[in-house]
Amino acid sequence: MYSQGLIGAKTDSDETPEFLAAFQARIDADEKIEPNDPMPAGYRKTLVRQIGQHAHSEVIGMLPEGNWITRAPTLRRKTALLAKVQDEGGHGLYLYSAAETLGVSRRQMTEELLSGRAKYSSIFNYPTPTWADIGAIGWLVDGAAIMNQIPLCRCSYGPYARAMIRVCKEESFHQRQGFEIMMTLCKGTQAQKDMAQDAFNRWWWPSLMMFGPHDSDSTNSDQSMLWKIKRFTNDELRQKFVDATVPQAEYLGLTIPDKDLKWNPDKNDGRGGYGFGALDWDEFWSVVKGNGQMNRDRIRVKKAGWDNGEWVREAALAHAKKRKARAAVQHAAE
Amino acid sequence: MDASLHFDCLVRLADDHMILGHRLSEWCGHAPMLEEDLALPNIALDLLGQARILYDHAGKIEGKGRNEDQLAYLRLERDYRNLLLCERPIGDFGHTVLRQFYFASFMGLYWSECQNSNDQILREVAAKAIKECAYHIRHTGEWVIRLGDGTDESHQRMQNAVADLAPYVGEMFHMDETSQQGASAGLIPDVSKLAATWHAQVAPVLAEATLETIEVKPILGGRSGQHGEEMGFLLTDLQFMQRTFPNMTW
Amino acid sequence: MNDQQEIPLWEVFIRPRNGLAHRHCGSLHAADATMALQAARDVYTRRGEGQSIWVVPSMQITASDPTQKGENFEAQEDKIYRHPTFYEVPDEVGHM
Repeated sequence: MYSQGLIGAKTDSDETPEFLAAFQARIDADEKIEPNDPMPAGYRKTLVRQIGQHAHSEVIGMLPEGNWITRAPTLRRKTALLAKVQDEGGHGLYLYSAAETLGVSRRQMTEELLSGRAKYSSIFNYPTPTWADIGAIGWLVDGAAIMNQIPLCRCSYGPYARAMIRVCKEESFHQRQGFEIMMTLCKGTQAQKDMAQDAFNRWWWPSLMMFGPHDSDSTNSDQSMLWKIKRFTNDELRQKFVDATVPQAEYLGLTIPDKDLKWNPDKNDGRGGYGFGALDWDEFWSVVKGNGQMNRDRIRVKKAGWDNGEWVREAALAHAKKRKARAAVQHAAE
Repeated sequence: MDASLHFDCLVRLADDHMILGHRLSEWCGHAPMLEEDLALPNIALDLLGQARILYDHAGKIEGKGRNEDQLAYLRLERDYRNLLLCERPIGDFGHTVLRQFYFASFMGLYWSECQNSNDQILREVAAKAIKECAYHIRHTGEWVIRLGDGTDESHQRMQNAVADLAPYVGEMFHMDETSQQGASAGLIPDVSKLAATWHAQVAPVLAEATLETIEVKPILGGRSGQHGEEMGFLLTDLQFMQRTFPNMTW
Repeated sequence: MNDQQEIPLWEVFIRPRNGLAHRHCGSLHAADATMALQAARDVYTRRGEGQSIWVVPSMQITASDPTQKGENFEAQEDKIYRHPTFYEVPDEVGHM
């Protein structure tokens, strides 16, 4: 977005205390930061990393669900799923666009993803062996994502906030789609109910981990909050998600796979909330570090798509060049 | 009109759209660039949308209470009546866009004729599908030109795609007993009469793409349910849930 | 893959409906203008958001320099006589 030429020019050269204070004052006054504005190098770096990871998550997220497009059980489900996975591609695209305003190209980001250097949400490294996983992902994973994303619509960086507004608008159907699948299964035969419970058991804990490490272990959290790149802490959002989801699970008649889950009237400043068991952070970090069941498969598949498309991209550029040259010749002849 | 003839004609059309939409949907997440990850599903969704209306309509004409899913998911392979062109594997991106260009160019003419059909639903589908087809033709036609007249490699790949698909072009314009009766009854167009216009529309695009046209003896079979090797695999995916968990609501 | 050229970036402007101006809504990559227009249609109007699309190569946009923000824009802040509320019209005259 906007002129790429100016970006990166001189904005991070003089980070005097006065510069940083003036920048913080703009943030504190809820002013939006736009691509060409002076900004601290750290702010830019944090955004590039966060928006890039967010974009990668959308694009990798197409795979576990895309896996079921050809096997969706009805035409209605098939079209909805295809439209949903397509939306995720769109969201990846909006986010790459937002990151590109910070002087990093989509190509660079893609290379980082395919080489395994860039991270994406670890949730997409879990497999989707059954149709119920499609319901569980829509309901839980998209539900958690929305909770994360709504505050980002007010993020201090303009292009990111605008991309998130668009994403949130479009995502509202995703979670409902997932919940509807789960509801249909839960009202169905025993085999369907079992499938739903099984998927729920597998996705519940990973969904809670989507919000990231505990606040006490989250290294960049404080600075991101100060810069209003992040507006709620990981633990606040996680609690919000649990409180919203438990009644939905009860409505579906699903058993929450946590024996420590219990209503606690003291939570949320006395408004009450659900207490829940300890998360398995060893597993979380193992998946983040690349040892989840599907990490290597996801990257391999994405890389194959990219490599198989290389001749197409090359040809598109070559043809554009030819067309331009022909137009120039024609123009000269006139 | 005979209900079973009416049904057969509608199911053929529905199968073309459902099977090709299914094939196209395989690209979602694997396209050469993110922009195309969005473009191909748009086309697939148009096709699936058309298929759904046609199955629903066919089921009502048949009058045995079969709904769109029972028709789409629960027939034996021999009862699917799509063009072989539609079921062919996706191949590379060039193969996919060329096949789509061929089919959209055909359907553009087909829907245009369908505006005179004596089936009101078919006329309604046609009115919307004409516009959708026009975009499919434009989008895939542009790609055919870009890739045909791109690099040496892309040119060679496109020329291969032309050769791969050449045997499947003829079936679009083939008139068997059902299509003859359907056309005589004023339900569907006489497809044999669309061939010349189709060739006249496709030829300039191939020429601009610097691709040589190839004409070979047509391979027929789809309309009588005699499919290629790939159809069984397609149906294995498509029917997996409905076959494994029969009589359930999804 | 490093030696391959990047497919150019385009800015997309969409007119949501007639009577409104085209509005910037994002960007995308395309090798040529036709491809950019089609991609804009496929990416940014999936929910019927547009009646008309403009695409512009991002490189072609000349942006004002943010370091000149003061000289460009602040000089206008005290020109209050350009706004109608600067002038007094008695209430009994009615709306003007």
